Amino acid sequence: MDMKRGIRTRKRHEAIFAVVGLIALMIGVLTFCALFVDMAIKGMGRLDWDFFTSFPSRRAGSAGILSAWVGSTLVMVVTAFFAVPLGVAAGIYLEEYGRKNWVTDLIEINITNLAGVPSIVYGLLALGLFVYQFGLGQSILAAGLTLALLILPVVIVATREAIRSIPQAIREGSYALGATRWQTVRYHILPYSSAGILTGVIIGMARAIGETAPIITIGALTFIAFLPPPPVMAEPPFVSFEWLFSPFTVMPIQMFNWTSRPEAAFQVNAAAAGFVLVFMTLAMNGLAIWLRYRLRRNIKW
Amino acid sequence: MTQASLALPGPAYLARRRARMIRERLIEMTLFLAALVSVFTTVGIVYILVRESVVFFQAVPIVDFLTDTQWTPLFDDAHFGIMVLLSGTLTSSMVALSIAIPLGTIIAIYLSEFAPFRLREIAKPFLELLGGVPTIVYGYFALLFVTPLLQKIYPGLPGFNLLSAGLVMGIMIIPYVASISEDAMRAVPMSLREGSYATGATRLQTALRVVFPAAFSGVAAAYILGISRAVGETMILAVAAGMQPNLTFNPLEPAATITAYIVQVALGDLPHGSIGYQTIFAAGLSLMLITLVFNIGGHMLRRRFRETY
Repeated sequence: MDMKRGIRTRKRHEAIFAVVGLIALMIGVLTFCALFVDMAIKGMGRLDWDFFTSFPSRRAGSAGILSAWVGSTLVMVVTAFFAVPLGVAAGIYLEEYGRKNWVTDLIEINITNLAGVPSIVYGLLALGLFVYQFGLGQSILAAGLTLALLILPVVIVATREAIRSIPQAIREGSYALGATRWQTVRYHILPYSSAGILTGVIIGMARAIGETAPIITIGALTFIAFLPPPPVMAEPPFVSFEWLFSPFTVMPIQMFNWTSRPEAAFQVNAAAAGFVLVFMTLAMNGLAIWLRYRLRRNIKW
Repeated sequence: MTQASLALPGPAYLARRRARMIRERLIEMTLFLAALVSVFTTVGIVYILVRESVVFFQAVPIVDFLTDTQWTPLFDDAHFGIMVLLSGTLTSSMVALSIAIPLGTIIAIYLSEFAPFRLREIAKPFLELLGGVPTIVYGYFALLFVTPLLQKIYPGLPGFNLLSAGLVMGIMIIPYVASISEDAMRAVPMSLREGSYATGATRLQTALRVVFPAAFSGVAAAYILGISRAVGETMILAVAAGMQPNLTFNPLEPAATITAYIVQVALGDLPHGSIGYQTIFAAGLSLMLITLVFNIGGHMLRRRFRETY
């Protein structure tokens, strides 16, 4: 009799925990839904063509995010240009070349630690190093470099995981045919790991596009009513890199600026900008998750 | 076919082979330099923070920095008491972690031990999406959604407060804690669970008394990451907690954190090299030291509780 009661109590505890667990999960899910729906409802009225093609303005009704999304795009180009080659190269070195010694250990511990450094500290590094020491100023180049350093650990870790999942037999087959180490990497390791690397790059870029603190720290302006000089020109030399040194603003800073104003009309703009921002990061993260899902399903070594 | 031509490779072949080896070495060096960038980054961070802080601590005695109870670096009567900013950081982090650690742990146990396969396959990516939302968006949410909601329950709550910022920060951190803890629990071998079931334990008993302790070193790593996130979080606090330095441990009050102060100064127009400019590096150094202490603590915790199978 006593034992039966004990079993019943334990079964009840188990049922209660299952419910508690589901509720805890739902708190996360519902918060996210509340956030997304709240911004969608508040900001929907502002989301039209003009919003994307207007500069910020003192009048909330005619303000837009043109300079913000152009700035974000250009900064992302710089970030990808530096973070992808560096991250992939570092990942390849650590997996395929690095011998088990203290230097490799040091690099590995470093990457782990860097992933835990608060993003605003990267902003301080960039302020001291890029903005003043290198004299880049508050430019797109400085911001792009900052975010590249910030997402470097993400790209490195993704590259390493993708490379590690390639069976040793592939390498041995390549070496058996007389290929050098680099030829093996170039013609076998890189192609087979490219989807996994791409997933990591997208996740890193999604993180970079939403980062606000480091870019504010380097002193990016919050009110920009002009576009950087165009990269392509009609007359020779046709290509210009002047835009790299132009002042800029990015999406999250524009949203921060509108959020911190007391007028309700600007907060509507903030909601609209936030909606666009969340939509972009969700789309990028979703793409990465989908890629990984397909990858896991398709590859059978 | 002559034997000699096989045994002795011609000079052209040797030259090609040497060129190939040189190219291989060059490529390896290039890749190695790329890997070293992360080390340079760390060195750069430490160098910049220390260099600027040294100038700062020449003007402000370190004892004042640690014991002063006012933080008014931009006033004529300047005080530099980091305690003021630290109190905001600690209070908001406590609020956030009191949400994120229990909920994150429960979610991890639920997903790892209870949830049906299909639910887990959906919930894991969803948690990742949640972790990818830009923090400025969470800041907006804290200021313009959660604070008005809390004001309905507690009308005296000021528009800027640590509570709503901390709560939203907690929600933001849940995915990190849940995801890493879940990975750790899933890595516990099945035989341990089977042994527990064989003695008649329920799933809950197995989860709490066998799986959780066995996975504790991984779970501790998740907690440490959560703490680092909370201490270093910037935008939610800059938006929703106000930027007024305030020595308080009451979450119902507005207060500035170390990170919010850095943002506040960066938004202004401080001349390069002024004492105000250097305070943000001293603040950043304090932030780094705090996260370092937690990371070392976490490392020791992991060593202490590591289980190998």
